[in-house]
Amino acid sequence: MSLMVLFVLMGALALAAALGLLFARNAVYAALFLVLNMLALAVLYLTLGAPFLAMVQITVYAGAVMVLFLFVVMLLGAETLREEGGPIAWQRPLAAILGGVLVGTLSYILFVEATTGKILPPPEDYATPYALSVKLFQDYLLPFEVASVLLLVAMLGALVLVQIERKRRRNDDQTSD
Amino acid sequence: MVPTSFYIFLAALLFTIGAVAVLVRRNTLIIYMAVELMLNSANLAFVAFARQFGDISGQLFVFFVITIAAAEVAVGLALIVTIFHTKHSVDIDAMHELKG
Amino acid sequence: MTVPVTWQDVAALLPEFFLVVWASALLLLDVFWIREKRTTAWLSALGFVVALVLAVGQMGRAPLLAFRGMVIADAFSVFLVALFALSGLVGILLAQDYLARNGIERGEFYVLLMFSVVGMMLMARVADLVMIFLALELFSLPLYVMTGFARPRADSEEAALKYFLLGAFASGFMAFGIALVYGATSTTSLPHMVDVIQAGEADLALLTAGAALVLTGLGFKIATVPFHMWTPDVYHGAPSPVSGFMAATAKMAGFAALLRLFVLVFPVVADLTPVLWALAALSMVLGNVAAIAQRNIKRLLAYSSIAHAGYMLSAAVAFADPHLGPQAVAAILFYLVAYVLATFGAWGVVILLERRIGQEGLLLEDYAGLSRQYPGLAAAMAVFMLSFIGVPPTLGFFGKFYLFRVVLDAGFVGLALIGVLTSLVSAYYYLRVVMLMYMKPGEPIVRREPRVQATVLAAAALTLFLGLTAASSLYAWATEAILRFG
Repeated sequence: MSLMVLFVLMGALALAAALGLLFARNAVYAALFLVLNMLALAVLYLTLGAPFLAMVQITVYAGAVMVLFLFVVMLLGAETLREEGGPIAWQRPLAAILGGVLVGTLSYILFVEATTGKILPPPEDYATPYALSVKLFQDYLLPFEVASVLLLVAMLGALVLVQIERKRRRNDDQTSD
Repeated sequence: MVPTSFYIFLAALLFTIGAVAVLVRRNTLIIYMAVELMLNSANLAFVAFARQFGDISGQLFVFFVITIAAAEVAVGLALIVTIFHTKHSVDIDAMHELKG
Repeated sequence: MTVPVTWQDVAALLPEFFLVVWASALLLLDVFWIREKRTTAWLSALGFVVALVLAVGQMGRAPLLAFRGMVIADAFSVFLVALFALSGLVGILLAQDYLARNGIERGEFYVLLMFSVVGMMLMARVADLVMIFLALELFSLPLYVMTGFARPRADSEEAALKYFLLGAFASGFMAFGIALVYGATSTTSLPHMVDVIQAGEADLALLTAGAALVLTGLGFKIATVPFHMWTPDVYHGAPSPVSGFMAATAKMAGFAALLRLFVLVFPVVADLTPVLWALAALSMVLGNVAAIAQRNIKRLLAYSSIAHAGYMLSAAVAFADPHLGPQAVAAILFYLVAYVLATFGAWGVVILLERRIGQEGLLLEDYAGLSRQYPGLAAAMAVFMLSFIGVPPTLGFFGKFYLFRVVLDAGFVGLALIGVLTSLVSAYYYLRVVMLMYMKPGEPIVRREPRVQATVLAAAALTLFLGLTAASSLYAWATEAILRFG
């Protein structure tokens, strides 16, 4: 019962934070709403027997990734926004329709035709960091390696995009001399 | 125990809010944050299903989604910073070099 | 604790492993040792040649699940891996001179292109949903960066940002779709999933929703209507060799995963047939009609690529039929070969006529009079245009023939009719290019770049020659490229 209370609380918090992101006028607020959403999800992961993921969610996602976001927002001074209208205003009704259809179908699928599979209580050692790492480095070795290549590519890509910037600056300096 | 379908319903709601935000917002940074919200909703669904099946491969998938998101963020934010230096704007409506 | 890798596993992924090692080594060499960027280009081209040999060496072997069921080396994947290695080689041949003359050549370009090709190869090999997601990102991330490679040009940066945002949006759909598929079948392993579905233990409603979302995610990558909005802008803004490379290979990679999923795993969700039908029909109609209004050759080719995605998707509509599924796969593979040849060739011509990056020489009028001064080049371009329309005896004709045959066999007469009618519409704008080259006077300026010219002429020769002599044996080869799980 207490789990249900926790689910309702955290679910409401996650939803409210998501709506905050949708309506925020300020990019810093939007980023903070997203952090709040991620923290609420981390608590939900704990209720689902995923302590390791909950910690990764907080340190990597809410921590590193969102800090990077905030850093860029503030670096660019892009926090206040000109809202909205503009030439793509037709997207709004479309988005509303899309949203309605998506929620409608999914809730139909989930509640009307719901999977009534009984949830077995997970085994004692379910999703411990040890169990996860064994599976990760045995069955998931190839995806792990591909992920490492992916990170290398991301690093390289970011570097390429920024390094040319520096070269151009130097040229600008030379022309201004 | 909270039924899996409750979690999935919450995930579907979050996913929809994220998708709608991508379509209606004009600030590229916020659009990208909304994409992160979509990925997070997928993660919630994975973890919930993984518990239902007593199977940790769903949790490992989340692990990879987080890795991929981190890689994407590095490239994406570098791009946004780069384009800001050219255009002095992160508004998607300022991107009009390519019409016609 | 056992070592989780055997030599068999490595052998199954030999081309990919080789390319990753080669690209990583090249990355270091490029920084510390290589003075001329051109050397990096040649070394990466050499890497693709070796990968091609390794891929050909895998042909004819029994299908093999490797790395604990993460990937599969079957005839289908080997066929595509060889094609990807060849495409990587062509991509570098087309790019090198262009990058050098526009002052944007960097060794990292070739390394990124190699990593991108590795991702595409893995897309053809997936046997687990986690690999689809990783491979998709591995081939997309380098493409985002390559699209923005002409920076600080605003159009290139803008194209990169658009491609990136829509690509990230698409991966959001992919992730949620995969989550639902996992929820419906309780596994991410595709072979297990087939077992679960055949045992009738899958939740079909959830599976259908998940498959639809995965289709949305892949639809962005192969650029079908209504997920095509980014295509003209991105192809227009990206450096031309990158646009050509993307148009050819990203579509192949998207179709590789789409076919494996839908033909092998999802036939049970036949409910999606009308959805695929609509996507195919819309892409054929909108792609071709919008292409008519284009004056810029890059945008014209972008819309034409949307239309071709529609043609290929029209054969995929037969995925739910257990007898026609393999035939649809063969027809689409054949069409992909024809499409890739003509696409690389046509973009090669665009590269030769583009005077300065993103400016001059990109309008259709700039092709006027090409036949007088450069008859070989004009003839090659004409061959590509005819192949795109599907005029015999080009390869494109046989491609459309096999595609529409599958569509008709599956009983979708309306769809085949739309395909034929839109092909006639497309003749209007493709033939306009031919007419400009041959009928109108003009003074086109063409780059003297022997490697690009040779690539264009080779593609034209293959399009014509294979069409004249070897279409049926190529198709027979494509029918042997069967999708299997062990």
